[in-house]
Parts: sequence; C-alpha cells; structure tokens
Amino acid sequence: MQVKDLATLEGFVTQTMENGEASITDAYTGDLLSDVMGNAPSESVLITIQAHKNTVAVASLAGIEAIVICNKRSTPPDMLQAAKEECVAIFTFEGTQFEASCMIATLLGKVDACKG
Amino acid sequence: MQEIPINTDTSPNVILELIYRLKVKDVMTTDVVTATKETSLREIQYIMREKQITGLPIVMGKRLVGIVSMDDIIQALDKGYINEKAQDHMTRNLIVLEDDMPVSFAINYFDRFSYHRFPVLNKHKELVGMITNRDITSTLLIEINREIEELEKRTSTSSMSDEMHGEIHTYAIMKNDFENAGFASTEIKKRLKKAGVVPHIIRRVAITSYELEMNLVVHSDGGELIAEYTPDSIQITARDNGPGIPNVEEAMTAGWSTASEWIRSLGFGAGMGLPNVKSVVDDFKIESDFNGTTVVCSIKLQADEEK
Repeated sequence: MQVKDLATLEGFVTQTMENGEASITDAYTGDLLSDVMGNAPSESVLITIQAHKNTVAVASLAGIEAIVICNKRSTPPDMLQAAKEECVAIFTFEGTQFEASCMIATLLGKVDACKG
Repeated sequence: MQEIPINTDTSPNVILELIYRLKVKDVMTTDVVTATKETSLREIQYIMREKQITGLPIVMGKRLVGIVSMDDIIQALDKGYINEKAQDHMTRNLIVLEDDMPVSFAINYFDRFSYHRFPVLNKHKELVGMITNRDITSTLLIEINREIEELEKRTSTSSMSDEMHGEIHTYAIMKNDFENAGFASTEIKKRLKKAGVVPHIIRRVAITSYELEMNLVVHSDGGELIAEYTPDSIQITARDNGPGIPNVEEAMTAGWSTASEWIRSLGFGAGMGLPNVKSVVDDFKIESDFNGTTVVCSIKLQADEEK
C-alpha cells in the first residue's frame, strides 16, 4: 500500500503528506522512541502518542514513512514543519494505538497472519 | 523453438549458481487446473479456452494418470471423437519432473524433449504443479534482475567509498538541545545516501549516530559527534566534556537509565541507547571518567551479511 491509503481510513486526519506515493509494507506501534529506532522496519508506518519533533527525526532515520498520532494528542507546528522537510507524513487519530493498529493491520492485509 | 537460451555448463557463474540453487518448486505454477478420466475432450477444450492453457493433466485424486494437450484436442476435432472421454485418448506415457530438482534439470528436459510443459510431482508421487519454459524464463529474469541490482550496488559502493574517503565531519552537540537533536545524524544519513550506500547499512549507521547524539543531548554537558569516512567503513565518535559515566558496565545494560522523568516522557531514556548501538556496529569502544566520555564505533560499508 501507499502512504495516501492511510488517509482513507475512518478517523484518520491528514496533517501533512508530502510523500503520498511512498510505499508502506509494515507497521510498528510504540511510544518508546529508542525501541522504535532499534526495531521499527523501514517502509513502515509508526503508531504512537509521541507528538513532538524528535519523533520525526526517529522516523526519518529509521526509514518510517508515516506517523499516526493517537489519543487526541495534537501535533505542534514545529513537528509538522520538520515532517514536511523530512518528507514524513503525519496523521492524527482520536482512538487508541490499539484501534489504529487494528485498522492498519487490516489495510496491510496482516490480520490473517495474526491468526497464525 | 523450445530451447531456453541458457547453457547449463558454461554460462557465467552467477547464472549457473541460480539454475542450480532454484528448485523446480520455486518456478512451477502451483495453481493447476486438472480434469478426471471421465471428463470429455469437449469439456477439456472449453477449460483450455477459458483458462488459456494448452495442456491439462488428468488425475485420480492427487495421482497423475495422463495429459491431454492442445494437439490431442485438434486430433479429436479432426477425427470426430471430441465427445469421448479423456481416458480413451490422453497421453499416458509421461515425462515428469520432481519438485526438488534444480531448475537446470528442467532446462535440460525442455531442450531434450519436444513437450511444452511438464507435470511436477512431489516425493509422494502426487501432482503438485506444472512447469512451462515461460515459468522458467520469467523467474530467471526476476532473479537475474536481483543479482544485477546487487552487483550494481556493490560497484557503486566501492566507487562511493573512494569518493568519501578521508572526509571528516564534526558536529557540535549542545546539552539539552532537543530542538536540534537528530540534525547530525540526518546529515550523516544524507551523506551516505548520496554516496549510494545500501539501505541496511545506512540504517545501522543511523541507529548508531542517533543514539549517540541523543546521549550527548540528554546526559552530557555538551560535546561533539564526529563522522570519519574511510574506503571501507565509517567511524562515528561521540566525545563529551563530562560529567562521565559512573559505572560503564551498568550503562551498557539494557534497561538501566539515569534519565529524568521529562526525558522519559518524550520516549527516550529507557536504557536502550548504548545496548542498541553495540548490537548494530562492527566495532565498539567506550571510555569514561569525570573528564568526559568517548565512544568510538565503526561500521563496515560493505557488509557481507545483514546484521
């Protein structure tokens, strides 16, 4: 799927998306940025509540294409500015990380894989 | 002609390795349309037209008993027995391949026999697939593309290291400067990307430089991050002016942290930084006393295997 497909998910609000055509093959959920840095796959979307500029730096370095900020947290202007510069998309979502993860897993076609 | 224009003896090594490494089961079509002995040739003709195939295996359960080819159908139309059953006119004398055979076998078979397709059986003699020379050529093209991409990357990596050789970049890092945290790492990443270093190496360098950079921001009184490029590796040094790590062994333990609540709330300071770094670098050295800490890491730019 592509970054722009995330915008079609119900409740996902696009904050910035300079890289709509970029490919997404996986996702990672986490608020601990050191863990994200070390373990998130590239070409992925990050589901988190960390709404600050450093999340963008981590995403950009780890090859994460999009960030979904959950739980009604707002995105500060300097975060959006950094995301534009680094070509990382940001979406906000009022639900929890779990809910966002479920929706993205379905979109990625990974739900069957979860059933094992 | 049937022949697949690849010589199974004197082709380039890359190709020979490919056709011996790839198995028939990697190449064959597993979604096989079959018919039974009772099926009429007329029905088989319709199936062939609908599925756009030129040969249909006839099975009893999973056991292969014959094949009806397009030629058989033409004969049947010509001679007027198209409404008869497959069992009366199918080809019973079959040449089959096994799914564990290397693709080189299949290539030889296509060269040797005049068939357009071979049924593939597993070791229990069950029909598991069909293979055509089109299956072989398309899989080979995909694999050859991949090999060439690797070769290109390797050549660009060697010219890149010459291009960057001797470059040293030093970035000053300020204490508690979260505003610019990540800048140095992003610059290093861009430099490697521009030089065409392969993505999984860039990622390891990025993890290293970012964790060390964050350590300088979070824990030190300020310092510098130095990136040095040599022909075959990048060395990253983080040097600060104190206060020093009281117990280096503890600092190297995953989960051990001295970070404040505020830093933790940002998602850092979980005690994973140095262990993360150590796990992705090829060489790691740390020295610390009350005058400051120096961490020196190096990563080879042409890794043989993924780390």
